[in-house]
Formats: sequence, C-alpha cells, structure tokens
Amino acid sequence: MNLVQELPEVFETFAEQRRNSFLTVKKIKEQGIPVVGSYCTYFPTEIAMAAGAATVSLCSTSDETISAAEEDLPKNLCPLIKSSYGFAKTDKCPFFYFSDVVVGESTCDGKKKMYELMGEFKNVFIMELPNSQRDAVLPMWKDEILRLKAYLEELFGVEITEEKVREAVKLNNDIRRAMKNFYSVMQHEPAPIKGGDLFKVLYGTGFNFNRKQIPADLAALTEKIEKEYADGKMLDSRPRILITGCPIGGVTEKVIRAVEDNGGVVVAFENCSGAKSQDRLVDEEAEDIYEAIARRYLDIGCSVMTPNPNRLELMGRLIDEYQVDGVVEMTLQACHTYNIESSTIRKYVTTEKNIPYMSVETDYSQQDVGQLNTRITAFLEMLE
Amino acid sequence: MNYIGIDIGSTTAKTAVLSEDGTLLFRKVIPTGWSSKEASQNLKELLEANGFSPEACPCVATGYGRVSVPYAKRQVTEITCHARGAMWLHEFSEGTIIDIGGQDTKIIQVAGGTVQNFLMNDKCSAGTGRFLEVMARALETDTAGLCELSAKGGGVTISSMCTVFAETEIISLVGRGEKRENIAYAVLDSIADKVAAQAKKMRIGEGFLCLTGGLCECEELKASLADKLGQEVISHPDGRFAGAIGAALSGMKRRR
Repeated sequence: MNLVQELPEVFETFAEQRRNSFLTVKKIKEQGIPVVGSYCTYFPTEIAMAAGAATVSLCSTSDETISAAEEDLPKNLCPLIKSSYGFAKTDKCPFFYFSDVVVGESTCDGKKKMYELMGEFKNVFIMELPNSQRDAVLPMWKDEILRLKAYLEELFGVEITEEKVREAVKLNNDIRRAMKNFYSVMQHEPAPIKGGDLFKVLYGTGFNFNRKQIPADLAALTEKIEKEYADGKMLDSRPRILITGCPIGGVTEKVIRAVEDNGGVVVAFENCSGAKSQDRLVDEEAEDIYEAIARRYLDIGCSVMTPNPNRLELMGRLIDEYQVDGVVEMTLQACHTYNIESSTIRKYVTTEKNIPYMSVETDYSQQDVGQLNTRITAFLEMLE
Repeated sequence: MNYIGIDIGSTTAKTAVLSEDGTLLFRKVIPTGWSSKEASQNLKELLEANGFSPEACPCVATGYGRVSVPYAKRQVTEITCHARGAMWLHEFSEGTIIDIGGQDTKIIQVAGGTVQNFLMNDKCSAGTGRFLEVMARALETDTAGLCELSAKGGGVTISSMCTVFAETEIISLVGRGEKRENIAYAVLDSIADKVAAQAKKMRIGEGFLCLTGGLCECEELKASLADKLGQEVISHPDGRFAGAIGAALSGMKRRR
C-alpha cells in the first residue's frame, strides 16, 4: 500500500478493494486455487484457509436483484436474504460465480430456508448452528466444524492438517487484532476521521485476498492516522454515535451518511461489519484447536442466539471505551430477531448505560432517505 | 426583535411570529399544495403584507419541506420544534406530545424542557392525517366533517391498517348500506388505535399528554385517544401551530 497518499485517497483505495477483487478472484481461479463463498460471520474461515482455499463474502447489499428473488421468495422477507438469493439466481455476483461451494449456517429462519432453494442450483454446504451458547451445545457445533473440514478435504482433494489450521488461526487473530487497533482510533475525542471512512476500511479489507498483507497494511494506516491526530488533524467535536443492529453495507450505508451529514460522527460499529466480527479471538494455545474455533464463533453476539448476553456485553464496553453519546440501531425490514431484540437493546442502552437510543427500520430502497434524515437529525438535536 | 417560524408540512404550511417578550404576534396556515417552495414564498408574502420581514429577523424553518425555505437562517427538525412549541403553548416541561401530521405521526417525550425520546411511524400512512383525508374523501366530506359525523356513529370497525386497503374496505361498507356516521366512527377509531399503540410502545406512562397538529381540534379523536390510553388528552386551539411556534422559539434560543 502506498501510504504517501493523503488519508482520503487511502480510504478510497480500501473502498475500491471490493471492485478490484472481482478480477482478483478470477485470477485466483485460473491459478487453480479453490474459492469458498459465505454470507455470514459465523463461517469459520480458518477451516477453508487451511484447505488452501480463498474465502470471499458474497454479494447481498443491493436492491437490483430483489425483484428477481421475489419470483421465488416472499415479498415480506428481509432484503438481505432476498438480495443474496437474487444475486445468486441471476448470476450477477462474480464471487458467487467463482465459488466452488457456498457455506451457509442455520442462523435465522429466512436464511436457512433460502439456502435450501439456493441448493437447487449451487453447491451449498449448510452448517447447523445452535440457537444458544450453552456449553452443552458446543460439541455439536464443533462436530459441524469437523464435518465442514471433512467436506472440504473431499471436495478439494486435500488434507487439512492441524498445523495448517493453527497457522490460519494465528493469521486470522493477527488480522482481528490489527482491525481492532485500527478502529480504536475512534476512541479519541474529537474523532480523528469520519465513521464513513472507517467503514470503507472495515468493509474493504474483507475483500483483500492477500490476507497475510492485511495486518501490516492496517498497522501502517493506524499509525498514519495517529500521527496526523498528534499533529492536530481531527474533526471538530460532535455527537458520538454507535451504530448497532443488522449488517450494514452498500445501500444501507445511507444510515451512516444520515448521521454524518447531519452533524454526528459514527465512532463505533457494533454489527457484523465492525466489532461484532472482530472483537473475539480464537484461543491459539488451546489443546483442542477445533473446540477453540467452535467456541469463538459460537460466542458471536448475534440476535439469532437466545439468550444473547454477549451483544450487550460488547455494546456496553464500546459505549464506555468510545465515549458514545447515543446509540442508533438499524434493523432491516422483516428481520425478526433484530427487530424483536431492539426492545431489549433500548432498555439496556437507556436504563443501564443512561444514554439515548433510537431504532430505524429500513430496507434496500432509497425512498426513505428523507425520513431517515429527519429522524436521525432530530436524534442528534436531542443530544446537543 | 421578532422571531419567525415556518413549518412546511405535507398538507399545510404554517407560520408563527413571536415578539422578544414571547407574545404570539401573528400566525397563519395555508395549504402546502404541490410545491413547498411556492408555499414558503406565499408565507413570506403573507408575513410581509402584515409587516414582518423574515429576511430581517431570525427565521427558522421546520417540517418536511424545511429545506425549501430559502429565506430561513436555519433548519430544525419538526420533532424538536413540535416539542418546543407544545411546551410553550401548554406551559409544561415534562410529559408527552402526540402530533398527528399529514404524512407522519410523532410521539415525543419531554423532560426538563428537552426531548428525551421520540417515535415516528414507519413509511406508511396508517395512523396519519393522510389516512383520515383519504377516508374523508371516500365519504365525500373533509376531515372536520368526518370528525363531526363520527360523533353520531358507532358499532363498526375497519380492520385494515393500510390506507389503500382501508379505502376498499370503506367502499364495501358503503356498498352494504352502512351509515356514513358509523363509517366515520370506524375511521377515527382505527386511527386512534394505531396512534395509541405507538404511544404504548413508548411506555409514555401517566402524566401530561397533549395532542398537536391539524387534528387537535377533533374532539372525537381526543376522546377516543383518551379512552384507549386511559388518561386525559389536552389540546390547544393553536395546537396546529406548535411546529411553527417551536421554530420561532428555536431562533430565539439560538440568539440568546
């Protein structure tokens, strides 16, 4: 990475990573490297990495394929599921096209049933994710990880050794630590950069196939931001917002813009594009590395878990560490688990952490941008 | 120094002028029509004809058309403005404001004189003034007429929350020979139901509760809301100006 560039250009480089990776994935395929596609942070990347495969997040964040999806799926379904299926069905997602297999998990009802339909035209491997994080279900989830391992060994004709798994665990932990160090720059008050720029890096990094390079790239960027901050380059002081809820990306970045165009700054993302998928590490020293992987993924604080204490634990920590003034939750229409859990989150944020909370329900269209702006501006006025 | 507030709503555009000592000097409501820019220009001419110059004094715009008021110095959202205006009209600092607007319904909780929490209906016209307008038209009357009619009706309910479906439901009620009064009652009851459910979601509790917006003169709606929420609902004759008054107050607050 060329860090001689100004910061805004560096952020754009990250944003472009996804577009560039359309070509990269093609090259990877031509070199005979297998590709494993996934949709969710529950996918234990380490196993695919140990099989020598490249892993990629599949397209799910635009409304252009929703009408095609609605030929098979109900209209009143979460837009993320419809978009994912639509991209797959219309073959508009190059990552999907080049994936030898798509790994899905039995997370929410909508996704797991959608995967069944997807399985009719694509190689789909479904992992059975438990509904809770109790110790009793850990062996079952570990078995699922071992089942994935056996499946990939067979599919790609390779042996996944424990050594390779440990190597992948180590690399992924390094990436997570680097990510966390990077987004921690937002602990500064005033914030050094905009949340929208932070997001470009968090999101773009997921599309860097040269994974070994990620920790160094992020460390260099973090250092540059810190250095410029020390030289006085920062935003002015403004209301500090934590965004939580459903995954954000593509069209739903409209929520980040609504906060930042109206005088706020997003300092933390407690969702799958942010801390939720980076905060936890796999225990590298564990005797049973598969169990350690299982534990790490099972503990993700997603609303598909019942109960879901880890989400509150992480959110509480972020609110304190990032001096958050208000929490904005974005839920997607018809996402039952997040929509219902928003009631618990509201109670936790307003009574335990004593800061304001608001939730906005949205979809993949642009028609509610005006309303989003009004609501979020009113919320920011409330924080003044 | 006078302070001018402009509130461009989806149905009507309002203005209010406050003097330095906080007297309401002037207020006016006109239909928004199809263009908020034109409505804001019309309000400007009205103000000038009455001796107030929005360009010479602090002028704040609010409402969904707040960006279409070129002469306003600042924009403040309708949530903040309605809260400020309602607290000014009713002289309270802690309680709940229900504002039924043309395109959205807001429930706003205030304490210590500032907004603590609010909820707006999602992108759907159920439970808004627009819903009432469409239904009134189906009954060949206006919203005031619908309120009046409903006082003499009862016994009918409409189950569709969606404006489009509810209109169909009404047409079939008309076809069945149902009395207009009863249908009007059903329409008001349905809107009160939706709004009360929203308010309950906010856990507004007991305490001061007022209704602002264009429907605050509809006694039947107030009674129905009071019944469903189990507490008194207060309104003010100038309740529809709450947003404009709040905008004027925002200009005053900024200056002081």
